[in-house]
Amino acid sequence: MGNQKLSSAKELEELRKEILSKRRPDRIVVTVCTGTACQTYGSLEIYRKFANEIKKQGLKGAVVEAKATGCHGFCEQGPVVVIFPQEICYVKVKLEDVPEIVSATLTQGRVIERLLYEDPVTGQRIAKDPDIPFYKNQMRIVFGNNRYINPREIDGYIALGGYSALSKALLQMTPEQVLEEIKKSNLRGRGGGGFPTGIKWETTKNAPGEPKYVIVNCDEGDPGAYMDRSLMEGNPHAVLEGLIIGAYAIGSHEGFIYVRQEYPIASENTIQAIKQAEEYGFLGKNILGSGFGFNVKVHRGAGAFVSGESTALMSAIEGKVGEPKMKYIHTAVSGMKERPSCLNNVETWANVPLITNKGAEWFNSIGTEGSKGTKIFSLVGKVNNTGLVEVPMGMTLRQLIYDIGGGIPQGKKFKAVQTGGPSGGVIPEQYLDTPIDFDELTKLGSMMGSGGTVVMDEDTCMVDTARYFISFCCEESCGKCIPCREGLRTLREILSDICEGKGQEGDIEAIEDIAEVMQDASLCALGTTAANPALTTLKYFRDEYEAHIKEKRCPAKACKALTSYYIDPEKCTACMICFKNCPTEAIHGSKGIVHWIEQEKCIKCNTCFEVCPPRFSAVRRISGEPLPPPPAHGTKVIREKKR
Amino acid sequence: MTITLQIDGKEVKAREGMTILEAAQEAGIEIPTLCYHEKLKPYGACRICSVEVERKGRVRIVASCGYPVEQGLVVRTRSPRIDRIRKVIIELVAPTTMVDGDVAGEIKKLAKEYGANIHRFKSRFRAKPTRCILCGQCVRYCDEVVGEHAIGFVGRGIERRAAFFPEKARVCLTCQACFDLCPTGKIPAETDFVVFDGFSIDDYLAGKL
Repeated sequence: MGNQKLSSAKELEELRKEILSKRRPDRIVVTVCTGTACQTYGSLEIYRKFANEIKKQGLKGAVVEAKATGCHGFCEQGPVVVIFPQEICYVKVKLEDVPEIVSATLTQGRVIERLLYEDPVTGQRIAKDPDIPFYKNQMRIVFGNNRYINPREIDGYIALGGYSALSKALLQMTPEQVLEEIKKSNLRGRGGGGFPTGIKWETTKNAPGEPKYVIVNCDEGDPGAYMDRSLMEGNPHAVLEGLIIGAYAIGSHEGFIYVRQEYPIASENTIQAIKQAEEYGFLGKNILGSGFGFNVKVHRGAGAFVSGESTALMSAIEGKVGEPKMKYIHTAVSGMKERPSCLNNVETWANVPLITNKGAEWFNSIGTEGSKGTKIFSLVGKVNNTGLVEVPMGMTLRQLIYDIGGGIPQGKKFKAVQTGGPSGGVIPEQYLDTPIDFDELTKLGSMMGSGGTVVMDEDTCMVDTARYFISFCCEESCGKCIPCREGLRTLREILSDICEGKGQEGDIEAIEDIAEVMQDASLCALGTTAANPALTTLKYFRDEYEAHIKEKRCPAKACKALTSYYIDPEKCTACMICFKNCPTEAIHGSKGIVHWIEQEKCIKCNTCFEVCPPRFSAVRRISGEPLPPPPAHGTKVIREKKR
Repeated sequence: MTITLQIDGKEVKAREGMTILEAAQEAGIEIPTLCYHEKLKPYGACRICSVEVERKGRVRIVASCGYPVEQGLVVRTRSPRIDRIRKVIIELVAPTTMVDGDVAGEIKKLAKEYGANIHRFKSRFRAKPTRCILCGQCVRYCDEVVGEHAIGFVGRGIERRAAFFPEKARVCLTCQACFDLCPTGKIPAETDFVVFDGFSIDDYLAGKL
């Protein structure tokens, strides 16, 4: 491309104006979400079809433009297409819808009703995405630009004022002033721990030793969490700009972005972003004529969940195995290559340009006393609107799950929400009005974590949930220290036994004993927090553990070994639906003859329970009580007389 | 620079850069270890050397082999919390080190000292007992002292194990420096005579991998 290197604030501003001047004020932009989730639904093909169709239908590129953007967040409804300036939002768009969208909406401004989002509560179709409850209740200061930007083109970011914070920091502020602003903003690390970012920066800045390193942690690996991925994929320049500002404040000239190998789009887009930033001179020597120089490399991680731990991640960049080390001397003082190293999470860095531009006071106006700003969550599990959401700190869990998430599907009851991934814990219904805040969530035995939020309904067994997260860590821990490795191994076996009805007297005490020793004595934060899912489920759902152990009963009727399926002969209308759907042919019966389940063949897949029409509800799940005998062979259906 | 700290109520003088464990050893205060070796860098894997440290009224559990001494630090090497940690750690590693229903060596000594029930989690241990507690002394000694890197860790999490690298194991026949380090006696018991992880050094050398 060979873009001109910018050497002053003025040149950056001129470039921004030039980019904007090339855009016609009346132009229409159709943005197609090409985040990983929408791409799996074929959104890239949809984008290409838009580009072709616009040409085919004779629309001029300057007037109508198709744009592939990063993740919009409403993954449940993907592929998502938004048409600007009207902000018309089409959901679940298919390839064959494209010509119609071009001819109707882009050409004539006519809205296609069937492609609009339908509110499941009111049944109303909603045309503009800011009016959709999922978006309406969010505050998207960090994540919001994703929907406007093609992440592979730096000009779009600059047009929105991108790199103006960098220009301000480098040319109008001293490194100390930048640092002071971050300290005053009370920004806390978004990766999970919530450590004050400004203090971390200051420690690295003041630590003896050169060179100093700044690092982006994009090794996100919690089950169900993808906030960092979507930010890194969708708006890499925001992270990069924050990193350069941080490097300037700290006095670092070398940075690394650690992107996990499983995030190919994130690392491609980041590499592209670095290349483009270098061309404009936002990286390299004498950035914007300030005299400050900085370079950054992408390191593709090939590690495990544990590589997200700071010392492990730094070892991995050094080319060693990603295993944690003792850090009684903080990595901010002695980290990578035993040099002062400042590691922050993707979302933390992305907040930096905002704070630099708008000031600490603005940032402090959002959030709670102890937690300022917003937080991005990936809202997943048994919730209607799964996706990525950004909310101000202090919003309650109930608002997050019900107002934004749209509540629990199929009218089921909420049971618990797991925050903080495998290091977090479950939070039961009585604490749903807890504000989202680093310290409040920790008080409940869980944690903010990086933002994974798994909602569970009444059909979820809490012992099984603990077993799942413990099993995850069994594989994702490095296995270096005894409490974590052997503690996890033993916890997994005990929890599996309980789920299988082989729990013993004393198991609960053993779990607590092991978990507390893991918390006290493990080497790194993975180990000290890995038992949290077991401890919190025990704290809030002890009765479920006791039911499993003493009565061999799973109250949620989810543990297969403790649950049987039974067709109520009084309710069965012999409709043959379960009969046809049973994958193991365990259901017997025929038209007019009451169905019954041959227990030996039943694999407890839950299919019959799910397919039995609700008006019959003939399939029952039974746990902890004897199974009634099947009906006599050939029992005929007794039909109620029509009144 | 001399640093004064308190260990188990006793005033102890130490030099800057020393760890709590080293300061305690110099003062004749015993702290148990499984992965520590004076010739090797602190590793912090066994956690049996965990102690309580108190600073500005805040109590923390740290691994004494890696925690640097600080002026005025108050250290307790025994307390109900520390004893419980050591007891549970021994109970957790006992099943993998058990041979003919009993543990041996350092593990046996510690089990007695801390009242650990070595059979507590035996019924829950379903992996193959390896006799190895992954203290890494052999691996680190071979790396840091011998400089041969003939043995290393493979696998992750609960699958982690130590293994000789066949390309390097030629030197092992004459070196055998790691044999005396092993706190459970695995290496001398298995490697010298028959197998280590299913293969003897001869197997490796004969290219039977």
